[in-house]
Amino acid sequence: MSGAAAIVIGASAGAIQALSRILPALPAAYPIPVLVVVHIPPDRSDLLAPLFQARCRLVVKEAEDKEPILPGFVYFGPSDYHLLVEADRTMSLSADEPVLYSRPSIDVLFESAADAYGASLVGVILTGANEDGAAGLRAVAAAGGVALAEDPVAAFAPAMPSAALELCAEAQSMSLDAIAAYLVGLGTS
Amino acid sequence: MTKAGDDVEDIEIHLLLEALFRRYHYDFRHYAPASIKRRLKQARQQLGFHSFSALQDAVLHDAAMVPRLLNYLTVQVSEMFRDPGYFRAIREKVVPHLRTYPSLKVWIAGCSSGEELHSFAILFREEGLLDRTLFYATDINPGALEIAASGVYALDRIKAFTENHQMSGGKSSLSDYYTAAYGRAVFDKTLRSRVVFSDHSLVTDAVFAEAQLISCRNVLIYFDRPLQDRAVGLFRDSLVRKGFLGLGSKENLRFSGHACAFTEFVREEKIYQRREP
Ligand SMILES: C[S@@+](CC[C@H](N)C(=O)[O-])C[C@H]1O[C@@H](n2cnc3c(N)ncnc32)[C@H](O)[C@@H]1O
Repeated sequence: MSGAAAIVIGASAGAIQALSRILPALPAAYPIPVLVVVHIPPDRSDLLAPLFQARCRLVVKEAEDKEPILPGFVYFGPSDYHLLVEADRTMSLSADEPVLYSRPSIDVLFESAADAYGASLVGVILTGANEDGAAGLRAVAAAGGVALAEDPVAAFAPAMPSAALELCAEAQSMSLDAIAAYLVGLGTS
Repeated sequence: MTKAGDDVEDIEIHLLLEALFRRYHYDFRHYAPASIKRRLKQARQQLGFHSFSALQDAVLHDAAMVPRLLNYLTVQVSEMFRDPGYFRAIREKVVPHLRTYPSLKVWIAGCSSGEELHSFAILFREEGLLDRTLFYATDINPGALEIAASGVYALDRIKAFTENHQMSGGKSSLSDYYTAAYGRAVFDKTLRSRVVFSDHSLVTDAVFAEAQLISCRNVLIYFDRPLQDRAVGLFRDSLVRKGFLGLGSKENLRFSGHACAFTEFVREEKIYQRREP
C-alpha cells in the first residue's frame, strides 16, 4: 500500500477491552484518522468517546454529520445511526434501518470508506459475537486496502473475526498487540 | 485507487439522478452521496437490474417504476416518540409557550408514515392543545403519506411505542388511542381530524405555511450542506417570530448559514427558537 489515509475499526462484544489495547498505543502526532464503529445499545450512546478520551493521546470524539475527517482524531459513530464516509472525506450519518440487526453497522462504514479511500484504507475487525463487518472487510480488500482481523483464538468473542477471515481471503489474522504495533508503524513510515 | 467521479458506477448514478429529476422532478442530486449509492445498489439488486444504466432506462420509460424507486431513495424508518427526551422537552419547555396562542399551526416536515405526527397529536391532546391546532404533515413519498393518513401500524411495534410514550412523560396510556385488530393497531381518527397531509419537498418546493412549531427530524442528515441550508431557510421563513424548530438528535444548526436567525432553546434536544427578525 502507498501510505494509509484512514483506518476503520469495527468491534462488538468485548470491544472496550480490545480497543483499550489499540487506541491508547497511538501517539499524539499520529497522522492517520481513525473511525470506529462499536455495537452499543441505543440508550448507552455518547459514552465511548469520553471513555477513550481519558486513555488516549489523540483527540477522541463522536462523529458528527458532514464533519471533515482529519488526522489527529479518533471518531466514534454515534449509537442508533449509521456512519458513512463520503468521497470528499467528510462523514455522514443515516437513520436507515439496521443492517444485520446492527445500527451502527460495521459493513456500512467499511463499504463506504472503501469507496472513498480505495487502496489507502486499513480495515480492522475485532472481537464480536455476530457477522457484521465481514462483507465490509471484503470490500476494503477488494478496493486494494489492507484487511486485518483479530486472531479469533485469542478474541473475547471469536465469531466476528472468524466470519471476516472466512469471507475475506486477503485478511490477515493478528493478535491485538500485533495490530497495535502495525498501526503505530503505519504512522511512522 | 479510483478517483471519485471517474468510477463508472458513480457516473451512472449521477445520470440516473439527473434523469429522475428531468423527467419526474424528484431531486436527489444533492443528497449525501454515500447513502444514496448504498440505497441505489439495493434497488438495482432487488429490482433485478444488472446496472444503474438499465435501471435508468426503465425509470425513464415507465412511470410505474418511480414509486418503487422512491421507496429505496427515501428512508422510511420512524418510531412513535422516538428519542423520548425530545418529546419531554417539547412538553415541558415548549408547550407552556404554545399555550399563549389562541390557535396553533404545527408543521411536521418529512413525516414519513406518520409516527412523529401521531406522537405530537397525542401529546397535544394530553396537554389540551389539540382542538386549537392545525397540523401540516408533509413528505415526498406518497405511499408513506397514505399510511400516515390511515394511522395503522403493525401491532408488534406498539410495545416500543408505549415505552417511548411513557418515557416522554406521557400523561395517559397509549392504548387509549388505538384499537387492536388482526395484528394491527388502528389509531383514533380524531387525532387526525385537523391534519393536512401534503406532498411537499424541502428541496424543490417553497415556503409552506406560517407555523408556531416545526419539527423536522432525521431528514436533514440525508442532505448535503447547501441543501440543508435551503431547508433551514424555508423553516426560518415559515416560523412566526419566537416560533420553535425541532431537529433530530444528531442534527444541528451550528454550521448552517441561517444559524444567526435562531437561538438554542433546549440545546441537548436540538430545539431552536426563531429570533425576532
Ligand atoms: C428517516 S425518515 C424520518 C421520519 C421522522 N421524521 C422521524 O424522525 O422518525 C426521513 C423522511 O424524510 C423524507 N424526505 C426525504 N427527502 C425529503 C424532501 N426533499 N422533502 C421532504 N421530505 C423528505 C423521506 O421520505 C422520509 O419519510
